[in-house]
Amino acid sequence: MRRLKIVPDQTNINFFKYARATFGASVVAVILSLGIWFAMGLNFGIDFLGGTTIRTESAQAVDIAAYRAAMEPLGLGDVTITEVFDPTFGADRNVAMVRIQAQEGAESVTPEIILAVEAALQAVAPDMTFPSVESVGPKVSGELITTAVLAVAASLGAILIYIWLRFEWQFSVGAVAALIHDVILTIGVFSLLQIRFDLATIAALLTIIGYSINDTVVIFDRLRENLIKYKSRDLRDVMNLSANETLSRTLMTSGTTLVALLALLVLGGDVIRGFVFAIFWGVIVGTYSSIYVAKNVVLMIGVKRDWSKPDAPTGTQFSNIDA
Amino acid sequence: MLQFALWNRIFIIGVVLAGLAFAMPNLFYGQVERHNDAIAEIEATGVTSDALAADRAGWPDFLPATLVNLGLDLRGGAHLLAEVQVEDVYEARMDALWPDVRDALRAARDQVGTIRRQDAVPGELRVQISDPAGLAAAVAAVRTLAQPVVSLTGGFTAQTLDVSGAGDVVTVTLSAEEQAATNDRTMQQSVEIVRRRVDEAGTREPTIQRQGDDRVLIQVPGIGSAQELKDLIGTTARLTFHPVVGRASSADAQVESRQLLLPSLDEEGVFFILEQTPVVTGDDLVDSQPAFDQQTGQPSVTFRFNPTGARAFGEYTSANVGAPFAIVLDGEVISAPSIRQAITGGSGQITGNFTVTESTGLALLLRAGALPAEMVFLEERTIGPELGADSIAAGEIAAMVAFSAVLIFMVLSYGLFGVFAAVALILNVGLIFGVLSVIGATLTLPGIAGIVLTIGMAVDANVLVFERIREELKTARGPARAIELGYERALSAIIDANLTTFIIAVILFTLGAGPVRGFSVTLGIGIITSVFTAIFVTRLIVVTWFAWARPKTIEV
Repeated sequence: MRRLKIVPDQTNINFFKYARATFGASVVAVILSLGIWFAMGLNFGIDFLGGTTIRTESAQAVDIAAYRAAMEPLGLGDVTITEVFDPTFGADRNVAMVRIQAQEGAESVTPEIILAVEAALQAVAPDMTFPSVESVGPKVSGELITTAVLAVAASLGAILIYIWLRFEWQFSVGAVAALIHDVILTIGVFSLLQIRFDLATIAALLTIIGYSINDTVVIFDRLRENLIKYKSRDLRDVMNLSANETLSRTLMTSGTTLVALLALLVLGGDVIRGFVFAIFWGVIVGTYSSIYVAKNVVLMIGVKRDWSKPDAPTGTQFSNIDA
Repeated sequence: MLQFALWNRIFIIGVVLAGLAFAMPNLFYGQVERHNDAIAEIEATGVTSDALAADRAGWPDFLPATLVNLGLDLRGGAHLLAEVQVEDVYEARMDALWPDVRDALRAARDQVGTIRRQDAVPGELRVQISDPAGLAAAVAAVRTLAQPVVSLTGGFTAQTLDVSGAGDVVTVTLSAEEQAATNDRTMQQSVEIVRRRVDEAGTREPTIQRQGDDRVLIQVPGIGSAQELKDLIGTTARLTFHPVVGRASSADAQVESRQLLLPSLDEEGVFFILEQTPVVTGDDLVDSQPAFDQQTGQPSVTFRFNPTGARAFGEYTSANVGAPFAIVLDGEVISAPSIRQAITGGSGQITGNFTVTESTGLALLLRAGALPAEMVFLEERTIGPELGADSIAAGEIAAMVAFSAVLIFMVLSYGLFGVFAAVALILNVGLIFGVLSVIGATLTLPGIAGIVLTIGMAVDANVLVFERIREELKTARGPARAIELGYERALSAIIDANLTTFIIAVILFTLGAGPVRGFSVTLGIGIITSVFTAIFVTRLIVVTWFAWARPKTIEV
C-alpha cells in the first residue's frame, strides 16, 4: 500500500545552513511586528476598552451610512459599524456589529441608550433583530487587561521553570525565546489586519504558547536523547539529526491540526473566526519557530555536554554560528 | 511491554465504556433534556401529567442522563457582573447605632453636656458635645458600645468600632476588621438573595457566583435579555412599615429631624411625611403571595410576619387604631391605609394600583428577601438563542469536517495503524464528552474550538509513537521489539509535550473568565484523554491485533 509521506523516510536537511537568513528573518519579523503594533495599535474589543457592541441582523442589506446617520442624533461619541461576512449567511441574512464607546461616568451603557440605539436602527430596517448585546464597564475592562498580561506572563514563566527542571536552562531560554517570537508575530498580524483583539484572542495566544512549546519540547526531547547517545559529535550536527528525525512528526501534527483548524476557520461561523485565525496563524509560526528559532538560541548559548564534570565551561565552543 | 495483564485490559476497556456511556446522552440532547426536566418537575410539584410522563418516557431511566451544560453563548441568555455597594451597609449600621450612642452619652450628661448629631459622610457618625472638656469621657462612653469582631478565623480580638475625638466632636466608624467582616456577610447575603430570586423565577441552571471581594457573577440561560434579569435582581425590595405624620404636596416640604419625606408610588405630586424608624421591616416577613382583594377584586399581595414581626405589628396597630401607616418599598410609599382594627394575626395584605404581573413580581421579591446593599452592574451581555443555535450548527459541521479530514490524513499516512489511531480519536472525542458530562462542565463556543483543536492535536501522541516505531523498525530486531521500543521511547516526549500544554490549560482556567474558562476545560480534558487513548487504548488495540495476526513484518 502506498503511503502519503509528507517527509521522505531519510532526510538530512541542514537546518543551520541558512541560519543567518532564517534567524535574521525572525528577528526582522519580530521588530516589524513591534513596529506595526506601536504604529497602528490594536483594535481592542470592549473586553479591554469598555463600551457596548450590538449585533444586528436584518433581511435588508447593511447600509453603514444609514445606520450611522440614524445613530448620529443620539450623541454617543465614537460609534463603529462593521459589516460581518460569513459564507454560511444567505442573501437574507445581513449582519453588522455596532460598537459604542464607553459612556462618560457610567459603569455600563444604560438600558435607555441601548433601547434608543435599537429603536433608531429599526427605523432604518424595520425587520432588524439584535441577536446579542454586550456591554462592559471601564472598571472591569481595566482589570481584564491586567489579568490578560498576567496570564501570558505566568504561562511563559511556568514554561521557563518546567523546561529548566526537565532539561537545562539553555533549553528553557531557547523555548521561551521561540514563544515570545510567536506571541509577538501574532500580535503583529492582529495589529496589521486590525482584527478585533479581545479576551478570546488572549486565550488564543495562550493556546499558541501551549502548541508551540509542545512542538519545541518534542525536538528538545530527541536532542537530549541524542546528546547522550553521541557524546562527542558536534552540537550542531546533533541538533540537525534530532530535527530531521522528528521532522516527519512535526509536520504531521502541524498538518492534522491545521486541517482541523481550517475547517473551523471556514465553517465555524463568524463569532469565533478571530479566535480561530489567531490559533491557525500561531500553529504555522509555532512550527517554524520550534525548528528555526528555539534551536538557534540554544546553539548560541551552548549546552553543557559532559554531565560528569559539573563546572565545565559552557557556551564558548559552539557559540560561533556563521554557517 | 507487549503483554497487558488481564485486569489492565479490563480497566482500560472499562474506562472507555464508562466514558462512552456518559457521552451518549449528548447525542440525544433534546430528548434527555426533556426527560430530566420532566423528572425535576414531577419531583417539585408531585403532579404527573400525561405530557410530563411522555417526556419522561422519552429516555430510559436506567441509562445515564447527565448532559454537558451549554454555555450562554450556545444556549442564549443573559450574563451580568454586579458590584455590591458594600459601603451602603456601613451607613445603615451607623444609623442603627445612633440611638445607643445617644443613650450612652446621655448617661454621661454631667460630663459631656448636651449632644447633637452632626451631618457626616456616609458610614461615619459624628456627635457634637457642648462641653469639650468632657471629650475623653464621651469617647470612653461610646467605646463601651464596641464589641469584639465576630469572624470565622477567631482568636483575633479586634473591636467593632473605631471611636476618636477631636475638639468637641466624637467620630465613630466601623473598624477595618469589622468592615471586612461586614463586607463578607453582605456578600454572602447578596449572593443568597440573588440566588433565591432567580430560583423563584424558575429558570434553568443559573450560575450565581461570588467573584473577588465585592462582585457577583450571574448567568441565566434562556432569559430574554439582561434587562429582564436586572429587573429581577436589581431592585433592593426593602419593605418597611412607617407611622404617617402627615401629607405634603411637594418634595421641598419641611420635615423635622428623624422624619422622612417620601413620594407616593402611583400618585403624582403626593408626598408623605413619615417617622424615620420603621415599625416592622421586610426582614420579619416569612411569606408573601400574589392575591386579589376580596372587596375590589384588584390584584394585591398578601404577607405573613414571623412571631417577632407579628408581635411588633400587633402592638403598634392595637395602640394606633384609626391612624394611617405607610407601606414603603425602596423609598416609595405603595399605600398609606388607616388602621381599621388591631392586626394581631401577623398577616396582612398590600393593595395598590398593581397589575397582576406587578403583584406577582412584588410577592416574589418580598419572599426572596431584600438585598442588603445596592448593586451596580459592571458588565452585561445578552445572547439571543438563535445566535447560539447557529454557533452550535457551525461548530458541529466544522468538527465533522475536521474529524473526517484528520481521519483520512492519518489512514493515508499510516495505513492500518492510522485506522487504529482513527478509532482512538473517535473514542477520544467520546471520552471528552463523557468527562464533560460527568463533571458538569459547561461547553462554550471557544470550548467547541478547544475540542476541534484537540481533534487535530490528539493524534500527536499517536504520531509520536508511530514515527518512533518506524524508526525502530529500521534498527530493531523484528516488529514486536520495534512496537515495544516505539511506545517506550516516545513516552518521555509525550509526557513533556502534554504536561507543558496542560500547564497552560491550568493557567487559562485560573485566570480566565467565562468563555475562556470553558476553552481551558475542554483543552485540559482533551489533553488527558488523548494521552490516555494514545498510550493505553491504541496500544491495547495494536497489541491485540499483533497477537491475533502475528505478522512477520509490519508497515507503519
